[in-house]
Amino acid sequence: MPDNDVLTASVSELHRMLSARTISSEELVSTYLGQIEAENEALNAVITLCREQALADAREADHVLSRGEGNPLTGIPLLHKDIFCTQGVRTTCGSHMLETFEPAYDATVVAKLKAAGTVTLGKCNMDEFAMGSSNETSYFGAVKNPWDLNCVPGGSSGGSAAALAAGFAPLVTGTDTGGSIRQPASLCGITGLKPTYGRVSRLGIIAFASSLDQAGPMARSAEDCAHMLTAMSGIDAGDSTSADRAVPDFAAALNGEIEGLRIGIPREYFSEALNPEVRERIMAALSVLEKAGARLVDIDLPHTHYAIATYYVIAPAEASANLARYDGVRFGHRCDAPIDLEDLYLRSRSEGFGEEVQRRILVGTYALSSGFYDAYFNKAQQVRRIIAEDFHRAFEMVDVIAGPSAPNVAFERGAKQQDPVAMYMEDIYTLAVNLAGLPGLSTPAGLINGMPVGLQLIGKAFDETTILNTAHRLQQDTDWHTIRPNFGAFQS
Amino acid sequence: MSVTPEDIEKVALLARLSISESALPEVTERFSKVLDLVDELNTINTDGVVPMSNPHDMTQRLRADTVTSHNTREALMASAPAQDSGYFLVPKVID
Repeated sequence: MPDNDVLTASVSELHRMLSARTISSEELVSTYLGQIEAENEALNAVITLCREQALADAREADHVLSRGEGNPLTGIPLLHKDIFCTQGVRTTCGSHMLETFEPAYDATVVAKLKAAGTVTLGKCNMDEFAMGSSNETSYFGAVKNPWDLNCVPGGSSGGSAAALAAGFAPLVTGTDTGGSIRQPASLCGITGLKPTYGRVSRLGIIAFASSLDQAGPMARSAEDCAHMLTAMSGIDAGDSTSADRAVPDFAAALNGEIEGLRIGIPREYFSEALNPEVRERIMAALSVLEKAGARLVDIDLPHTHYAIATYYVIAPAEASANLARYDGVRFGHRCDAPIDLEDLYLRSRSEGFGEEVQRRILVGTYALSSGFYDAYFNKAQQVRRIIAEDFHRAFEMVDVIAGPSAPNVAFERGAKQQDPVAMYMEDIYTLAVNLAGLPGLSTPAGLINGMPVGLQLIGKAFDETTILNTAHRLQQDTDWHTIRPNFGAFQS
Repeated sequence: MSVTPEDIEKVALLARLSISESALPEVTERFSKVLDLVDELNTINTDGVVPMSNPHDMTQRLRADTVTSHNTREALMASAPAQDSGYFLVPKVID
């Protein structure tokens, strides 16, 4: 079978080929490793490759498959965002602070995906400590977008999104604290899902903002995401915020039936901040869903505007507390020849963290400091509830909320680096979903001048099934998710 | 509200970050931009609203007080930049 088919096949197709033994997991893994080795230099999407271990794991999967055993993910290759702890495999979080860190254990997500039979190819580049929307803040250098090498892939799961779009793996993991799965999925033309807060265990995910962080799947289709989400989800004794909810077979629930589905269109998501061409693509995608039987309903999310201010207090505040653990003592970067303990802390942290991370630690420390706590942190947590209630009210009238994933297509590297606030605006449509703890996904909705646009679908808490099924229907009726960038193996 | 370089130096010390003299003006300027952004929160009335710290208002789950994992001290300490006989090494604290 020609490589290109393997590089575009769905997980179900790959599973059929593996089960029928028309291809072995070892061949599949070799093909993908070859892609990464040949093309990664141009993208910088992968920062650690696990060639030997991957081939050994693939052979193990082949034994299982040859006995006629296994499940939908047995022998399927995958890349992890470098925020997931992988036992004995360097886990950097895109930072100099953790440049040589080798975790003593696997994140629950990593362990669950391993138990489901996937084969880890390596680790993906990312914005440092997941703080960024362009993948320019990584200590390991910027990631390039395979659709246009001068453009950013989005962030913070930009390495994951670029790798998936370039055909480096059929599945990748991401994390999303304010849009870090959905925005890069949008900018790279792939499908990415942020589950409901608590759906997926956070154990072993390097913490950024603990009340917002969620891990999720990024893949070529909603169906592939569904397979992966089933394997990733579930309560975990190691994460007391993981939810005690039954995990459905998300893939089995996809029937593409959306007759009578009420889709809310928030007026606030289509304001003048939205690029008119993006608006046009989003409306075109919505009319496809309408033709399939969905009903479009105008709704209001009146406090949308406050999401950015709220997020940029809460996320940095939680980050400043989480990142206090990097003290140069127990793990992570340590400065040379400290003269005393104070010097050890100050220099280890200032050398180890990059500019954006330090800025967020400063903002968070300020918001939590004596005299400002009520004015900033407490106030932001109050506004957070007001924003969440907007969604609860809307979901009394609709089943799904739809809008753009990002206000624009991918922008050029360097364009927003001088102004942190301009960068923060990238996540204007995604942040509120994290504040409210809801599931959201981005699915491709066509191109503008050759660059992908993403449609965001937001669901009720723990109802990932409905947004996956809506995206699945869109992907049955359109071919936007099958368009590949003119890069590497897909070059015409 | 904007902040002064002195404010930034104070917050930096609280966060155990050192900012060089040359970087201070730019750090202050960019910090102020973020603060101007979040100051928008002052324009919304939140009287009587209960702060939300968990999106599902979940409370902490308790478990039985039983041993659930083995001692992995050696594996965990392997990541320490400096150690001796099971202790983390730091510069002298007490004379």
